[in-house]
Amino acid sequence: MYVSPIREPLVRGGKTYSQITKDILAPMAGRPSVYWYIGISLSVAALLFGAWAIYMTVYVGIGTWGLNKTIGWAWDITNFVWWVGIGHAGTFISAILLLFRQRWRTSINRSAEAMTLIAIMCAGFFPLIHMGRILLGFFIFPYPNTRSLWVNFNSPLLWDVFAITTYFLVSLIFWYVGLIPDIATVRDKAKSKIRKAIYKFLSFGWTGSVRQWTRHETVSLILAGLAAPLVLSVHTIVSFDFATSVIPGWHTTIFPPYFVSGAVFSGFAMVLTLLIVARKALNLEEYITKIHIESMTKVIILTGSIVGIAYITEFFIAWYSGVEYEQYAFLNRAFGPYAWAYWIMMTCNVITPQLFWIKKIRTNMLVVFIISIFVNIGMWFERFVIIVTSLHRDYLPSSWAMYKPTITEVGLYVGTFGLFFTLFLLFIRAFPVVAIAEIKTVLKASTDKPMQQDHE
Amino acid sequence: MEKKYVRSIEELQLDEPRLDQPAGDRQFILGMEKEVKKMSSTTRRDFLKTFGFTIASAAIASSCEQPVRKAIPFLIQPEEVMPGSASYYASTFYDGVDYCSILVKVRDGRPIKIEGNTLSSITKGGTNSRTQAAILGLYDNERLKFPMENGSETTWEQIDEKILDELEQIKAKNGTIAILTPTIISPSTKAVLNTFEEAYPNTKIVAYDAISSAGILQANKAGFGKAFIPSYRFDKARIIVSFDADFLGSWLSPIEYTKQYVKGRDLTQGQRKMSRHIHFEGNMSLTGSNADHRVQVKPSQQKLVVASLLNSLRLASGQATITAPASPIETSLLALELLEHKGAALVVSGSNDPEEQMMVNAINELLDSFGNTIITEKHLKVRQADDQALKQLIHDMEANKIDALLVYDVNPAYDYYNSKAFVNALTKVKLTIAMTVTDDETTALCTYVCPDHHFLEAWNDFEVYTGHYSMAQPAIRPIFNTRAAHDSLLRWAGIEKDYRSFMKDYWQEHLFTASLADLSFTDFWNKRVHDGVFDTRKTENGLTHFDPTASIEALSQLKAPASNGLDLLLYTNVSVGSGKHANNPWLQELPDPVSKVCWDNYVAISPRLAKELDLKDEQLVRINGSDPLPILIQPGQEYKTLGVALGYGRERAGKPANGVGRNMFGFQQNGGDTLLAFVEDVKLEKADGTLAIARTQSHHSMEGRSIVRETTLEEYLTDPQSGNEIRKEIQEHLKTLYPKIEYDGLHWGMAIDLNACTGCNACVVSCSVENNVPVVGKEQVIMAREMHWIRIDRYYTDDMDNPELVRQPVMCQHCDNAPCENVCPVAATTHSNEGLNQMAYNRCIGTRYCANNCPYKVRRFNYFDHTGADAFKGNRYDPVEMTTDLRRMVLNPDVTVRAKGVIEKCSFCVQRIQDKKLLAKKQNRPLRDGEVIPACAQACPADAIVFGNLNDKNSKVSKYYADARNYHLLEELHTLPSVGYLTKVKNKTV
Repeated sequence: MYVSPIREPLVRGGKTYSQITKDILAPMAGRPSVYWYIGISLSVAALLFGAWAIYMTVYVGIGTWGLNKTIGWAWDITNFVWWVGIGHAGTFISAILLLFRQRWRTSINRSAEAMTLIAIMCAGFFPLIHMGRILLGFFIFPYPNTRSLWVNFNSPLLWDVFAITTYFLVSLIFWYVGLIPDIATVRDKAKSKIRKAIYKFLSFGWTGSVRQWTRHETVSLILAGLAAPLVLSVHTIVSFDFATSVIPGWHTTIFPPYFVSGAVFSGFAMVLTLLIVARKALNLEEYITKIHIESMTKVIILTGSIVGIAYITEFFIAWYSGVEYEQYAFLNRAFGPYAWAYWIMMTCNVITPQLFWIKKIRTNMLVVFIISIFVNIGMWFERFVIIVTSLHRDYLPSSWAMYKPTITEVGLYVGTFGLFFTLFLLFIRAFPVVAIAEIKTVLKASTDKPMQQDHE
Repeated sequence: MEKKYVRSIEELQLDEPRLDQPAGDRQFILGMEKEVKKMSSTTRRDFLKTFGFTIASAAIASSCEQPVRKAIPFLIQPEEVMPGSASYYASTFYDGVDYCSILVKVRDGRPIKIEGNTLSSITKGGTNSRTQAAILGLYDNERLKFPMENGSETTWEQIDEKILDELEQIKAKNGTIAILTPTIISPSTKAVLNTFEEAYPNTKIVAYDAISSAGILQANKAGFGKAFIPSYRFDKARIIVSFDADFLGSWLSPIEYTKQYVKGRDLTQGQRKMSRHIHFEGNMSLTGSNADHRVQVKPSQQKLVVASLLNSLRLASGQATITAPASPIETSLLALELLEHKGAALVVSGSNDPEEQMMVNAINELLDSFGNTIITEKHLKVRQADDQALKQLIHDMEANKIDALLVYDVNPAYDYYNSKAFVNALTKVKLTIAMTVTDDETTALCTYVCPDHHFLEAWNDFEVYTGHYSMAQPAIRPIFNTRAAHDSLLRWAGIEKDYRSFMKDYWQEHLFTASLADLSFTDFWNKRVHDGVFDTRKTENGLTHFDPTASIEALSQLKAPASNGLDLLLYTNVSVGSGKHANNPWLQELPDPVSKVCWDNYVAISPRLAKELDLKDEQLVRINGSDPLPILIQPGQEYKTLGVALGYGRERAGKPANGVGRNMFGFQQNGGDTLLAFVEDVKLEKADGTLAIARTQSHHSMEGRSIVRETTLEEYLTDPQSGNEIRKEIQEHLKTLYPKIEYDGLHWGMAIDLNACTGCNACVVSCSVENNVPVVGKEQVIMAREMHWIRIDRYYTDDMDNPELVRQPVMCQHCDNAPCENVCPVAATTHSNEGLNQMAYNRCIGTRYCANNCPYKVRRFNYFDHTGADAFKGNRYDPVEMTTDLRRMVLNPDVTVRAKGVIEKCSFCVQRIQDKKLLAKKQNRPLRDGEVIPACAQACPADAIVFGNLNDKNSKVSKYYADARNYHLLEELHTLPSVGYLTKVKNKTV
């Protein structure tokens, strides 16, 4: 790879290969820090809150939520789409950027993929819990049965089931395949017997032979090829939940590209949120450098702008179509009772990311962190606006209603945060957060000091 | 161990270690052998044993939670009872306020539904919400279950002994016994009371009506020399002027009047004429909201308008006018219009002021209404009580002149305007006996409680109009240890006969003679019991001459109201009515046809006044220092009139009713001779706090969408499609690439004539009864989670101070291209080959996607376990006790009781369709048009709903579909609904 002298290096601090291994394995070694304990305690607490909310929902009923005869989905599907969106960055980074040979992805792909997997788990939880009869949720699968019951392949909800499951499985395999050489490294460095045994098992007998490496590379490439269209398909299919319906504000052909770019947008924002903290907390600032952060902010500018254009296009089409219901739906979004949600969405998603055009802003970690939070909030509100404001005033004004969330719904949402952070914190302790093997491949080409040949 | 057979020689050889092999190999082979043995130690049989045991024990373990439900079949099959098929018994609903001739549907010994009796020439098969809901009164949790003395259980023998003893003592000392009853329209009951009177000569029978019509009675006494209520013929009137008479909702005989009113306005058979309805009122009532022209008038000034109309009419008919205070509304044009239709005009007033009624009589006289639109020879027998009678009785009670008080079927401790006086006076009476069906405020104060049968458990008869009789027969054996009040009275009068024999004898003696067609009395009796109605065609004589003297006197003595302050108008709504059935959750959850509020009464206030006083919805206020009531801004409310419904604020009615709303009966004014339902010059003051009001519709504008389409008669006559022009345009745009679905057999469809629908809500209750629709309670209605399968949308048009109002019943539209069907992931909602949109509750997993995607928002989700059908125990959400064992007896066994977490919706009463299809099949004939009637259509007193086969071009529904007025709701979405609406036509001068 040609290294431009003006291009900033991807690994700083003049690292050697052994240093890289040491640095990246450092967070896994020894006892966890106090912060880790605080973090895991908070996360588990949130998880328990979620468990209570699950109990209320399953035992008492969906009535513990704020839904009504008009608004059948609200926080549940908002959270679902939001988490799915977040789950887009990981695979996008690993698969699409791999295919496009973006080397900067190497230091962030591992954690982004882990984040993806956890986010998909969080996402998948909502369609499950939103079922009125969750115990019969297995009806959703086309399993052979004596009653000749079959699922309805016309339903976008069913497409979701397949899309999400496929995406999760492919992402999981992709992530794990990428982990194998690193697990082997952990195995080699492990001191305790048990630890060694576990990682030995997990590493599938990786020795680092050339044959293994070639196969590994091939599998990675194939999986990347498989995963890349999935990145596009998952959110396209999620958007079909709305696009194929008849509800004004949902029934929109622009949804698939709009949802996909929104997903990448929110996914990158979440990666930023996490990594800005993680690189500091785990001393990985030399691996996840400003250049990485900057690259990600650029993706955010692009996708954020697409999302912004989509918002405006929706308005244009509402006017251009001449459909009075559609026109009302969009005016109602902007000026109706939920206008505040709409303007939060517009501000957070359209205006704030544009600040990244300014280099000073996109290189200031604190500001990037704040803006990434804004984008997370904005994208949550985007789904809320699409779902709730479209439903609450549709065709017949007699049925118009308002929606207010309840503590149970908050509990479920907080619960998924609990799950997310619990699993992420466990991931930090269990696996290298940066792909050691992969980052070593860019070291030669993109470092700020000449390499020293000191293998240990 | 079973015998082992060898499969091959090699296998056999394994048993013999081959010694020629090296030791290591031998070891290996031996090891293998062991392995093989070990493997085979679990044989197929063992596996099956274990498997069977595991499955059986798992099944037992998991099934021990299941409750054992015993269903014991009849050892000897009762005659004429077919398990699983319903029997219908003719009966009559009369509660002292409403009258309706009914059929009671009995399934396996349980009455589960009330339908209108089509043989009745009065109600003609129509019902109203209260009649529909009355079935639940049979299973009221608060029913009195056994005789009681001082609140503790006793037996009939003991209680009879004690009561007889006391009655004898009173008789001995020549004391007075009073029997307090509602207006009795039953001739046999009257005879029973007479018998009692004969046994105890010093007996006073006092009739008392919670909702009084004494004003009409007195006016007719003055004008015709007899206190009576005539028969009004709204169908014969070309022009109807009503002064606050809510004749479609609560005035006198609303079911009958609705039938008549709608008949006079029907346009479905090419009629070119319809009646014109002008309505004066202060509140926005059901009737007023249906009027062609509605005029707001303060209740205290209504009399002035009536007087002015009388004067204008006199002027126009060349008579001298009489000086009267100025009317706030100009009436000369109205007078001319009325005179144009002389002989076909009808003016009615809902006021209980005799003077106003006298003037109305004079108006009707000038319009030639008597004999044409008002039949004075036929008397309506309900609400005959004199308002002063109870006052006098209380007076006597206080003066210790009454020794015994028998309370039969009335509740003055709740609904008398001066209930305190009654309660106080009651303590002075030594012997108090209550003969009521449910526990209530008055019953609680009586020493002896002799529970009466519910009307569905008892024999009775009624003479609702002169010569028009109807019957009530038991549809079930008494559920509790009750006894008909008649039997009690007969017993105490020393007569051994039971009421049935007594009644039969009465009919033989008095009514058999009127029937010429029947040969024997048994034939006669059986036929009347079967039909439920009997018309002797008897008329009252000598009541044709009207003497206007009193009316003119009333007019000349008319004074303008003293102040121009706020008026408080009390009204009865179509749900709880007088409050007698307030303990009925169906009625409590029934949204008011105008305000769409349920579970409360409230102060209706005009938007203008609310703005002036800075009052918002739900703000608590006090009227003349009353208990706080919430404000509800009611478009169309007269500027200075406050309206509050009666019938709320029960204290001892049961969980659904207690503490719901405020009791307003105390506000009725004793205006001289009659009780007036309005109070002049009330003070309205803000109280602290707010009270959340439950309403099923919170947005009141159509937002310019063509949802309810209407036109005027004039435009309709020039172009039948007027108001519906957009349909053509929509149909031209409906294009599809997909082949049109053809239904080769039946294709069910429904048509609703918006011009007929008055919005009375009978369909809503009927649907809930038929389809086991859960009641969710106030909190859940506030959350917008009511479960009604059919709702009546109501929109205001024009300005909020004087809006017009349109209504539209909306249920599942059974779209042939249903948006709900294709989104269900598990195919729980599918389309039948007869065009029905079906729900398989068993299959539903509750994603609510269908509800979201329904443009009509008719799908309802079971947010909680409202029915007890959930798999989990202890999570039932039943705030109004609808799932007690007693209440559950009303459930329709033909309709699944839905569990928590499933979607439900209108099925077009598929159980009724199947039932009639089976019947037709058994009789080997095609289904007839109109044979299948869904619950909503059957209940409708206006016959606004038509159901049938769209493939049959001669069916009524097909004819409606072919009408130029027909349109489909949101047709532009290409959902292809199977419900059509006929545009509303208003007869207004443009």
